[in-house]
Amino acid sequence: MKHIVIIGNGIAGVTAARHIRKLSDNKITIISAETDHFFSRTALMYVYMGHMKYEHTKPYEDYFWKKNRIDLKRAYIKQVLTENKTLVTSEGEKMAYDSLIIATGSKPNKFGWPGQDLKGVQGLYSYQDLEKLEANAPDKETCNRAVIVGGGLIGIEMAEMLRSRNIPVTFLVREDSFWNGVLPAGESGLINKHILDHHIDLRLGTNLKEIISDENGRAKAVVIAETGEELPCNVVGLTAGVSPNIDFLKESGIELGRGVKVNRFLETNIKDVYAIGDCAEQHEPIGMRRPIEAVWYTGRMMGETLAQTICGNRIEYKPGHWFNSAKFLDIEYQTYGWVFSERSKSEQEVHFHWMHPEEDKCITVAYEKDSKLFLGINTFGIRMRHENFDKWLTEKRNVDYVIKHLPEANFDPEFYKQFENQILAAYNNQLQTV
Amino acid sequence: MNSKTNESMSLAKPNAQDISTKKKVALGIGFTGLFILVLALANVNLPNNGIFLALSLGLIIAGVVIYARDEYLTKLEGIKNDEAWFKSISSRGTWGWVLGVVLTLFYIVLYFFAELLGLGTDGEPNTGLIALFDPLSQLLSGRNASQWFVYGTLYTVAIVAFGYKFMLKYRHNRYQQLRTASVMFFQMAFAFLIPEFMYRLNSDVPYNDIKNMWPLNYYAFDQWRVDQFINSGTIGMAFLIFGILSIFVISPFLTYKYGKRWYCSWVCGCGGLAETAGDPFRHLSSKKMSAWKLERWLIHTVLVFSVVMTTAVIYTYLGYDAEKYWFNKDNFLIFVGGFLTLVFVVIMVFKRHELGKDARYGAIGYALVIVSLIAMHYTGTTNEVFYLPASGMRSAYGFYIGSIFSGVIGTGFYPILGNRAWCRFGCPMAAVLGFQQRMFSKFRITTNGGQCISCGNCSNSCEMGIDVRAYAQKGENIVRSSCVGCGVCSAVCPRGVLKLENGSLEGRINPTDVLLGNDVDLMKLMNADK
Repeated sequence: MKHIVIIGNGIAGVTAARHIRKLSDNKITIISAETDHFFSRTALMYVYMGHMKYEHTKPYEDYFWKKNRIDLKRAYIKQVLTENKTLVTSEGEKMAYDSLIIATGSKPNKFGWPGQDLKGVQGLYSYQDLEKLEANAPDKETCNRAVIVGGGLIGIEMAEMLRSRNIPVTFLVREDSFWNGVLPAGESGLINKHILDHHIDLRLGTNLKEIISDENGRAKAVVIAETGEELPCNVVGLTAGVSPNIDFLKESGIELGRGVKVNRFLETNIKDVYAIGDCAEQHEPIGMRRPIEAVWYTGRMMGETLAQTICGNRIEYKPGHWFNSAKFLDIEYQTYGWVFSERSKSEQEVHFHWMHPEEDKCITVAYEKDSKLFLGINTFGIRMRHENFDKWLTEKRNVDYVIKHLPEANFDPEFYKQFENQILAAYNNQLQTV
Repeated sequence: MNSKTNESMSLAKPNAQDISTKKKVALGIGFTGLFILVLALANVNLPNNGIFLALSLGLIIAGVVIYARDEYLTKLEGIKNDEAWFKSISSRGTWGWVLGVVLTLFYIVLYFFAELLGLGTDGEPNTGLIALFDPLSQLLSGRNASQWFVYGTLYTVAIVAFGYKFMLKYRHNRYQQLRTASVMFFQMAFAFLIPEFMYRLNSDVPYNDIKNMWPLNYYAFDQWRVDQFINSGTIGMAFLIFGILSIFVISPFLTYKYGKRWYCSWVCGCGGLAETAGDPFRHLSSKKMSAWKLERWLIHTVLVFSVVMTTAVIYTYLGYDAEKYWFNKDNFLIFVGGFLTLVFVVIMVFKRHELGKDARYGAIGYALVIVSLIAMHYTGTTNEVFYLPASGMRSAYGFYIGSIFSGVIGTGFYPILGNRAWCRFGCPMAAVLGFQQRMFSKFRITTNGGQCISCGNCSNSCEMGIDVRAYAQKGENIVRSSCVGCGVCSAVCPRGVLKLENGSLEGRINPTDVLLGNDVDLMKLMNADK
């Protein structure tokens, strides 16, 4: 019986633990400095907004861990001694392991802005960040204005959270349209408008120069790089992406890049040490994926895969077709396959775009110019069925087939208005004019 | 200002924000309407009952409407659950408990001390609150009000006013709107107006809400009712036959096609109140495994009690002699026993593998009923079964289940146990329909491949206390007997994972270990035996 130690109790580490338990009788310990139990990080926003309490974000009841003989330990690992397979906690306590899984996730990026470590300046990633936000911005009387720096998924979530307490929000986005490194222009434009509709002061093409301190070391204003404008505020949210949370591994001899370097088997350069989830960095990107994928689903899939390897069935991490989803305030977004923005797409990738004339709904279908091979779809305000697109991508269907069969993939609730006929008409129309 | 000093306030509770002036005015209007009811209750002599009743109900409705419009129409369409766990009234805070106590006291008085509401006994005229409702009752049915008329009117007002509020809350969601319009219609027409008009047309027919079927309607086959139906000609017989068809033909068919939601969240009056006035409390239902265990024991115990009680009641008023009329005591017992045995055998033969351990509990329930039937045969007389008066059993059921459980606890405890405590733990009708739904319905909640992020919004908003997330994060469809198909889990899901559907019975239950989106070989390997 091996002792498998997992550092990090997020989705990657916990999925690995659950599957190792299903497949083996090994001793399993999960170590976390963040919380006693696994919770859904993606749900932290709903706690601040009052939709849920923290306890509701836990996917398993507390008895689950004991019942499945998964030991939980609350500690911060300071050192990994790979020669004698030992971990050292910040309290100096030592723990031996036979196999080690590093699943420590991410931390918010800081780009060396003056004032980035002041009080009232924070990211939104961990449970502790949520506690900080509750202290920094409990209501609009305590926090007269918040400035959010960085236009990604966490930024827009943080804006939604603060708006739920009627706190005025200024949203600084470096790009000239929201998330347009990922989204095609039409969709990005739709979200720009929606952000403004929510009374969020969206500043596109705007960078942070510095954060100004008051006499107590608290943020009191930000200065905008382009204009030199000084915006008074009490809270600054830093949401310009995340990077792997691996500082504690610097002396360990484990090969590091931006993340923990792993091969396709999720193995590091050191025997019996593995890394999964946000903190793992592939030597070579898999397909069109990025070498570091900080996404819930990929963390889970790596956990599912690594459990096999650990339990004697050594297999490669081979994720299937890309998919993802998010919610921008009230607009749901789903994506299946690859749709690239104008900034990053290739010559061969062509888009068909449909947008509802009044409602916040649109889709973009990407296909190959010459072969008309279906590459992927983005949908906003329309739910689609994962299974259909996964199948069509595997079957290498062309774009005509996909648009024609779109009604089969609709996943909106019953009685919803359906737009597939309009989409098909628009598609046929567009072809005639080309 | 926030008065809390505790740093980790996300675990404690932030203060809810102040409400707008318009909402305060709306609350003022609504409570003025309620105050008129309180005045009437206190026997204050109001100059004109008709006008003051109209004023009271009008103000209550106006208050809710103005409040709801300010709450929802000032914001963009979308999910509106902000502060649900902060507000005192919807998070078991002081106001929640106050409301719970007030509602509970109201139910106790309504069920057991109606004279306190002003019910005139021994032919005396009504006074107080009930007298206030006399003009409306006269208008509809031509007789004075009873406590049940008062209750029915207030119940209908609540469903209509808060139904409007709910429709605004979900104005982006047609499923929610249609189903709310449906419960509003069934309450207004079938539970409230039609029975009153029926009385005007034929006062021999007992009050009959035809959508309120046995076993939810536990008095459906009481002797006086059946006698009255039989004695009031074609219409009475039609009602009686429709009641029986509802139980054995119509409801199983509709449940097969659409799941039990066709009743529980589209038609039923208890469901109607829960989905409208009860909506702000839906997240309070417990999602713990222990609550689910309790639920299964409790609801099925009530069902067994209800079957035995009803059988005993009917048994006692049937004749002995098969010569006079074929449907006598013994034939009735044989019929009940035979029917249950048929159901039991069919399930055991065809669904044994789906039931697993639960088969044992089903067998216990079945055995209990059969033993009761045999005991009934040996101990039964014209008014006794098990050496107890059958009427005693009937009144025990009426008291503990009909009044205490469904009324006092079921509705009075909305702000404490959530809005479906009765439907979940007690309703025998929900148990029967749930059994059908679990065994042979096309209905399920489909999960969307690998898209779940385990956020828990679905479980949190499930009024029936189903841990929806536990299924969604496994990519497993939700096929649960308790699901009433309200569709709110699907509505609140931020990633578009859940869809209520009627589909094929094949592959309806589909647990997986590795979800869609991962390595296909791994999925095959891990999901092979499922």
